[in-house]
Amino acid sequence: MSGVLLDTSAIGGCNPAAAICTRGVTRDFKAGQQTITVLHGIDLDVRSGELTYLVGESGSGKTTLISIMCGILWPTLGEVKVFGTDIYSLGDTELVEFRLKNIGFIFQQYNLIPSIDAASNAAVPLIAQGVDRNEARERAVAMLERLNIGNQAAKLPNQLSGGQQQRVAIARALVHEPRLVVCDEPTAALDAASGRRVMDLLRDVAVAADRACIIVTHDNRIFDLADRILVLEDGRITHDGKHMPEGH
Amino acid sequence: MIWIAIRMLTGDGQKFYGLVFGIAFSTLLITQQLTIFVNLIERGASSVYNVPTADVWVMDEVSRTTDVNYPMASTALDRVRSVPGVEWAVPHLRAGASVRSGDGDLEGVSIVGVDDATLIGLPLRMVTGSADVLSQPDSVIIDDVGVARLFEDGRSPIEERLELNDQRAVIRAVADAIPSFTSQVTLYTKYSQALRYVPGTRNRLSFVLVGASPGVTAGELATRIEAATGLRARTRDQFARDGVDFIIQNTGIPLNFGITVALGFIVGVAIVGLTFSLFIRDNIKQFGALKAIGVTNAKIGRMVAAQAGLVGLIGYGLGVVGTVLFIWSFSANPTFKGFYIPWQIPLISLVAVALILALTGWLALRNVLRTEPASVFR
Repeated sequence: MSGVLLDTSAIGGCNPAAAICTRGVTRDFKAGQQTITVLHGIDLDVRSGELTYLVGESGSGKTTLISIMCGILWPTLGEVKVFGTDIYSLGDTELVEFRLKNIGFIFQQYNLIPSIDAASNAAVPLIAQGVDRNEARERAVAMLERLNIGNQAAKLPNQLSGGQQQRVAIARALVHEPRLVVCDEPTAALDAASGRRVMDLLRDVAVAADRACIIVTHDNRIFDLADRILVLEDGRITHDGKHMPEGH
Repeated sequence: MIWIAIRMLTGDGQKFYGLVFGIAFSTLLITQQLTIFVNLIERGASSVYNVPTADVWVMDEVSRTTDVNYPMASTALDRVRSVPGVEWAVPHLRAGASVRSGDGDLEGVSIVGVDDATLIGLPLRMVTGSADVLSQPDSVIIDDVGVARLFEDGRSPIEERLELNDQRAVIRAVADAIPSFTSQVTLYTKYSQALRYVPGTRNRLSFVLVGASPGVTAGELATRIEAATGLRARTRDQFARDGVDFIIQNTGIPLNFGITVALGFIVGVAIVGLTFSLFIRDNIKQFGALKAIGVTNAKIGRMVAAQAGLVGLIGYGLGVVGTVLFIWSFSANPTFKGFYIPWQIPLISLVAVALILALTGWLALRNVLRTEPASVFR
């Protein structure tokens, strides 16, 4: 589904309907005596119900931006609201709990715990929330079944293929029904066909009317699956549209 | 999350067993060495423990232990007996001698002369024979360590003849005694007989052993005897302590054992610290992911504490069981006779293990806490 794109250059208050809203987000890093500005005053609104891609070359600032948007890296300047909450005005513990409740993560390397089975890996966010282990496992198995790997629930990660591990990671990201799902290069380790299958799956399970889904990628094999593509160059958003600009 | 932490640890068999081994080895080294140390220095008091009936030991004011004594005039016995509160007082002689066995072996021995009438001064239990044998001429009772030293071939010592300082002595019983610090052979005989075996100066009374009258404490009685006679009087506990202190002050044993115990601690810190660090390093991505997902630092701290606690519990248990097995398996050896594990030693080991785990766990946790959640995207 695709709505009317917001003008990302608009400065001012956040749109209350935006899932994520950044205003003037700047991030500096110290490198010895030098200060390097990685993000230059990013103004951006991300809506629910869309598969939003954040695309850019290595070093363009997309990892920094995604980290700031999901509350794991403080901006040097600017404001970030996630579902109306100014996340960087929260205390440390409140911010961690906000992430636990509202954000699902899919990492490039999956980062599954090797010594627990697929169902337990998928259940980690629920267990961290304090849900009873058996109940958490039941819900995790149900999620794995939605992802068509319910029969692999009792296997350890090293007994699963790359694609299956990716699905376990997706189950872990969705099991607690977060409102924001963040994926980092979800297809980087997969061949083209597997990559497209994962993206189809993500569209099926992660995109919902009340849920935003942001994908960091530079995999041009899946650009056609996006609802919206944001191109980041040298810390600035240079393109916002359904398709990649010509020349990229 | 604790369950996940435990599974993370036990799932990595190499490191899990490495950590358990580190703690077990450290516990074993600390517990076993401290046990041997304590038991060894308590041997300094063995001669006192072997005469449990004496409440007070009276000696020349320069005497320090049962083995480091200066003989008194025989009149000291009567002076002590005259002190109010003394129920009984008997003479006790301790001196060194040389013995030649039937095989011609020469051995330094300790001669203990006990009261002729009451036989006070003998160990309470006999392994073979009874105390009555001392009524027979030239009789001596040998301690069980002495049997192992003088009769290595395993033959019975009973009725064996010895040449003791050029005098005839016949072994007629074996006493169940706590060995001395040097595990020297001890021969018990009557006081009058001992005087014959140990030629020497005019004064040969080593100690007067005293029993307190009912209602008089040993401490009170010792004070009274000192005031009345000018001799040195020590209660049984005080004199036992003197023997232990003498060894501590005059040998390098505490330092040597202390070094070994310290090494046990350092080895524990090194093995556990290194393995824990490797474990955390191998799992840093997983910990980073957990932090990003929304696991608080406090929960991660509890996870690492649970991992350390599990390793500590198993390792400590194995270490203590190892020490018990060691002491048990050597209990038949005269060198280790009577060795026991004082309850304080496992407690000290437990504190040492807790320190090792707290230190290494903290170092490992520091790496996890320092890990930025954003690192999982890099």
